[in-house]
Amino acid sequence: MALSREQMAQRVARELQDGYYVNLGIGIPTLVANYIPEGMEVMLQSENGLLGMGPFPTEDEIDADMINAGKQTVTAVTGASIFSSAESFAMIRGGHVDLTVLGAFEVDVNGNIASWMIPGKLIKGMGGAMDLVAGADNIIVTMTHASKHGESKLLTECSLPLTGSGCIKKVLTDLAYLEIEDGAFHLKERAPGVSVEEIVEKTEGKLIVPDEVPEMVFE
Amino acid sequence: MSGFNKVIDSYEEAMAGLEDGMTVIAGGFGLCGIPENLIAEIKRKGTKELTFVSNNCGVDDFGLGVLLVDRQIKKMISSYVGENALFEQQLLAGELEVELTPQGTLAEKMRAGGAGIPAFFTATGYGTPVGEGKEVREFNGRNYILEESITGDFAIVKGWKADTYGNVVYRDTAQNFNPMAATAGKITVVEVEEIVEPGELSPTEIQTPGIYVNRVIKGTFEKRIEQRTVRQS
Repeated sequence: MALSREQMAQRVARELQDGYYVNLGIGIPTLVANYIPEGMEVMLQSENGLLGMGPFPTEDEIDADMINAGKQTVTAVTGASIFSSAESFAMIRGGHVDLTVLGAFEVDVNGNIASWMIPGKLIKGMGGAMDLVAGADNIIVTMTHASKHGESKLLTECSLPLTGSGCIKKVLTDLAYLEIEDGAFHLKERAPGVSVEEIVEKTEGKLIVPDEVPEMVFE
Repeated sequence: MSGFNKVIDSYEEAMAGLEDGMTVIAGGFGLCGIPENLIAEIKRKGTKELTFVSNNCGVDDFGLGVLLVDRQIKKMISSYVGENALFEQQLLAGELEVELTPQGTLAEKMRAGGAGIPAFFTATGYGTPVGEGKEVREFNGRNYILEESITGDFAIVKGWKADTYGNVVYRDTAQNFNPMAATAGKITVVEVEEIVEPGELSPTEIQTPGIYVNRVIKGTFEKRIEQRTVRQS
């Protein structure tokens, strides 16, 4: 079966390491914060200028001056720091963030990503996404493997305007975990009960399939 | 006003000199840390054909969104817009121009503008629509695009506290774009929640030194929350 949003977040959380500074995008990436392993220290960066983002506030703690990049009210953890937007993007563009997780519409075999613009629809903007993909070395893209109509989102070449070029190496979809190398997707893991055939069928770009593709395990 | 005293008493004075067609750099992220009373004054004043450099454009009835009602904005330079219906309507009707700019590039354009740096190279946007038509240079095997910095005729800034000399501190994430905006205006106007005497703020805690600031005014703020998210206590 395809992974649920929560399972996708759980799988991404396995990439976390103790002492990591992490930027989580909106949607499924945000859920990763719920699965930080017990005893592990991770600092969440919010690009509006907060390193050490905590949980949502209680009703009594709400403060209009404390928000995250999704404009939601948040708190800061002990040891957090707060700074300007220029400082925040110095961290991001300077490659100081250890892991970036974000969503996408499409990725391709050359590590290109399209995530901000669908021509013909109202364009709201890229926010910090272009800075995040250009600045980070370690990025995980989370997305559904195919559209509702069954069209693959893992392509030979992105059809939508790009957010960044040649910057994506890891992709987690609802069907599989894949890595991008040498102009191909490499199938590393599959969702429980999802066949290799289904993944092959739903991957338009070149896909390298090893003899053994382990199933992900969830408790 | 005398010597270094930047304090003014009225919002009319705060935005004096703003004329049709000018460029205004505004601090704020979403509705957080926006100079809400200075925006209200621009609305009252009715100045038109303005270019705003601001991460967002507010919502229908708050923030920069209120300036759309009387079509005071000609152009927005922003990273994320369209949280309001009027914005969409004017954009689609061709009455409003938008230059979408990556958020980090936007912050750096303001910072560089204020620091006298006319342009800078960045990897952000290379190979995307943002990079089209821009000069590309390779450094250490990687491609970068040339982005020009931004300065404004005015900068409008929301601080937490300022002393009468215009030294400013910000509160929590209401800081965001405000310190960069403050450096990049020919005339920088800062509105704050509290004005104190010089010496009351520690020199080491000052986030915007008074040299960047021309006018300081004390305001009262609604501080509207865009997304009220809570957990159970």
